[in-house]
Amino acid sequence: MNKPLRRVAIFCGLLILALLLRDNWVQFVRADELNSHPDNTRVRIERYANARGNIIVDGKPITGSLDSKDEYYKYKRTYTDGPMWAPVTGYASQAYDANQIEKIEDGILTGNDDRLFFDRTLAMFTGEKKKGGDVVTTLNGAAQKAAFEGLGNNTGAVVAIEPSTGKILAMASTPSYDPSSFAGYSGKDEKAWVALEKNKNKPKLNRAIREIYPPGSVFKVVTAAAALESGKVTDINAATDTPEPYNLPLTRVPMKNHASGCENASLNLALQVSCNSVFAKLGDEVGLAKMTEIAEKFGFNAEQFTPVRSAASVYDKDMERSENALSSIGQFNTATTPLQMAMVTAAIANDGKLMKPYMIDQLRAPNLDVVKQNEPEEMSRPVSQKNAQLLQQMMENVVTKGTGRNADLHMDGVKVGGKTGTAQHGEKNAKRPYAWFISYAKTAQGSPVAVAVIVEDSEGTDREDISGGGLAAPIAKDVMKAVLKSRG
Amino acid sequence: MSVVTNTTTIGAIEAPSRRNTELALLAFAVVIPVFAYLNVGLAIDGKVPAGMAGYGLGLALLAGVAHLVVRKWAPYADPLLLPLATLLNGMGLVLIWRLDQSPRLIATSMRLYDSFSPDAPSQMMYSAIGIAMFVGVLLLLKDHRVLQRYTYISMVVSLVLLLLPLVPGLGTDSFGAKIWIRVGGFSIQPGEFAKLVLAVFFSGYLMVKRDALALASRRFMGLYLPRGRDLGPILTIWAVSLLILVFENDLGTSLLFFGMFVIMLYVATERTSWIVMGLLMAAGGAVAVSSFASHVQSRVAAWLDPFECLKTAPAGSNMAYACDQMTEVLMSFGSGGILGTGLGQGNSDLIGFAANSDFIFATVGEELGLAGVMVFLLLYGLIVERGVRTALAARDPFGKLLAMGLSGAFALQIFVVAGGVMGLIPLTGMTMPFLAYGGSSVIANWALIGILIRISDTARRPAPSPAPSPDAEMTQVVRP
Repeated sequence: MNKPLRRVAIFCGLLILALLLRDNWVQFVRADELNSHPDNTRVRIERYANARGNIIVDGKPITGSLDSKDEYYKYKRTYTDGPMWAPVTGYASQAYDANQIEKIEDGILTGNDDRLFFDRTLAMFTGEKKKGGDVVTTLNGAAQKAAFEGLGNNTGAVVAIEPSTGKILAMASTPSYDPSSFAGYSGKDEKAWVALEKNKNKPKLNRAIREIYPPGSVFKVVTAAAALESGKVTDINAATDTPEPYNLPLTRVPMKNHASGCENASLNLALQVSCNSVFAKLGDEVGLAKMTEIAEKFGFNAEQFTPVRSAASVYDKDMERSENALSSIGQFNTATTPLQMAMVTAAIANDGKLMKPYMIDQLRAPNLDVVKQNEPEEMSRPVSQKNAQLLQQMMENVVTKGTGRNADLHMDGVKVGGKTGTAQHGEKNAKRPYAWFISYAKTAQGSPVAVAVIVEDSEGTDREDISGGGLAAPIAKDVMKAVLKSRG
Repeated sequence: MSVVTNTTTIGAIEAPSRRNTELALLAFAVVIPVFAYLNVGLAIDGKVPAGMAGYGLGLALLAGVAHLVVRKWAPYADPLLLPLATLLNGMGLVLIWRLDQSPRLIATSMRLYDSFSPDAPSQMMYSAIGIAMFVGVLLLLKDHRVLQRYTYISMVVSLVLLLLPLVPGLGTDSFGAKIWIRVGGFSIQPGEFAKLVLAVFFSGYLMVKRDALALASRRFMGLYLPRGRDLGPILTIWAVSLLILVFENDLGTSLLFFGMFVIMLYVATERTSWIVMGLLMAAGGAVAVSSFASHVQSRVAAWLDPFECLKTAPAGSNMAYACDQMTEVLMSFGSGGILGTGLGQGNSDLIGFAANSDFIFATVGEELGLAGVMVFLLLYGLIVERGVRTALAARDPFGKLLAMGLSGAFALQIFVVAGGVMGLIPLTGMTMPFLAYGGSSVIANWALIGILIRISDTARRPAPSPAPSPDAEMTQVVRP
């Protein structure tokens, strides 16, 4: 019987060998995949196992951690002024994962990041509890407050940038939500989450960077920049050869003007009163290629990483001539995020140099050592310094004499430039238009702030009264004032 | 043993008894779990666990008693079996105690039953009973060949044991499998004991019938096909395992019994055709059952792609439950990585209520890592190897068959459980011997080790000295 016995022994050996091989497969080859699997509760348990680091604005945390004494997730995230800061922080929920900064900088906030290895090891020896690091933002609390309160009950978004560095100073989006309301995983949290998901006003949508809107007249600034850069216009006060009515190229469709006096209007005047015909014709003369080139230098057709990813703004590369003319006044399928318009404004205010927008200034270890310091970075130069100054001159003209008077700060030594927009949209432009305003403030030391404001479908306002100058400009003004004040 | 005094040229060669080796290994088998216990305590509470001395002394006492009994009543036994079983049992206790500390499992238990009782103390008691069982086997069973007399009684007993859970009022249905009976306040899993009794029956039966099964066959398409009447028992066993599977929902036990029978049949008859037929019948049975038993279907779905199945299975269904468990187990293994998170620092309790029984191996995987799992698999492999070696060394066919049957069943059980938990084969819901929580399992496996030790003692016992031969008178040597 010994021969079959030996064979069975070999068979038993093979069974054990198969188990050993399988174990290597599961625990070595597939370990990373299993560990990072979205269904793996351990990721969340680890995320909330220790007090999480904080997100910091103006030196003060806007987040916190609460010991919930729970057997799964020990600490729960809390937020101060949750709705106001939600577009910046994102949320960190025990049940619904995390997003935005909470997710992107999860490693630092939990303390698991490799860059904190030394810190962790040290804490292990000193017997300290593991702590998370902090994320220091570039935001300005006063500007954010002005933006959020300015939007009030309206649906809309505000982005403010420091033109010389690209630091994001404010990012507000309304209606907003309180990330604290679903930070846990109880039935209450679930109810809050489901309610937010079902809400047709989409409070969780970060309109400042994730929603693209038709820009309407504020896009004329980009067309003006393209006209100057391409050399089609050299003297902003010289009359253009624009007929009234102006038909879209190759069509018999007349381009409507809401403003009067647009026939042969100069570029300066056309921007001041917002002439559609002049800009449509200029866009056509500049041509699709050059229009696209300038738009893309401003950041169109690309996602921006602040480091939170924004939606890509659109300037179509493949359009008919008439469509290009329509796009040149921000209609047709041109679409932009509020962040994108703030970048356009900032580039002009910064004498043509576009700085890469960012909102995380530094990452700090629990012991306050700086792990990473972000430095301003030049993104592109969409317009020359000379042309940028011409654009500033025209935008300041809009505020002093044109449609943007509501944004004037009336402060000594501060010049304000801006542009209004009323973007019609929907089938046959039947929906209530969007009110846009972009502006910047400038002092002798350069420009401290550029703002883009959009107010969507503002309820309670008569349709005729919806205009960038009326609804959006006062918000931009408050934000600029807040920034200037905080600079002393 | 006295020195050989006679003068024949062929003397009894005395095999070393190796009892001291066993004692030294036992010391390791006690010290390692004690350190593991300390490790868990330090990891969870940051202080030396209160029961440490009691636990260490208890384990040492049990091991010491077992050792002394072996030294006295089975002096030539294999020196590895007892330390291996002690080490596994000790580590099992540590793992169960570690899961007892899990706030999640405590909270779940409080929610479901409004009470929580730790399992480690009862497992300690079961271990003591198990070692008592081991001692009992060695004391009562002076020679394993005695068991041959009970061949047919064993058959009856095993059938009764297997069918007990189906008796209304006695069997309890817990978590879908009817494999438990409740006597007084105790739950017993008769299948664990049936394993031993069946092995005895198979050995006795096959020893008698092996020639008939091996030789009275016709050759057909290159295979030796047995006669119909010899095919009877194998068909019966096949049918019984299918019955267990269908009525008791116990995939693992039926697989184990059938596999054990096929192995023993092959060893007894030395005919490969039995293996081929066995495999064919097992495959046929598996296909037949899985086509209508939803319980088996969900296990198979959970095995094929647990993550996908978790998404597609209807919420709250049996299938979703099986898949969820499987994903948790896999992620538990995955998060262990190569060296593991360290005892007491993993999250294997996420698997839920069966974490300390069916899925205890996942805790090994998560907290001791790839390295730990391989060590455990090799420890089990060593037990199997010592069992097979005992079978090879045994001098009587009954002993050979019994040792092979028991160690083959042990190997199959390890493969079925560990393979199921690691997703190599569909999960069957059996428990890791010695490691998992459960009285029946611990007691039956200690009995199994006892029987193996008894056979190995007989196998390694030196042949009795030949009687002094009157012919072998001293030859006078003339010295110069």
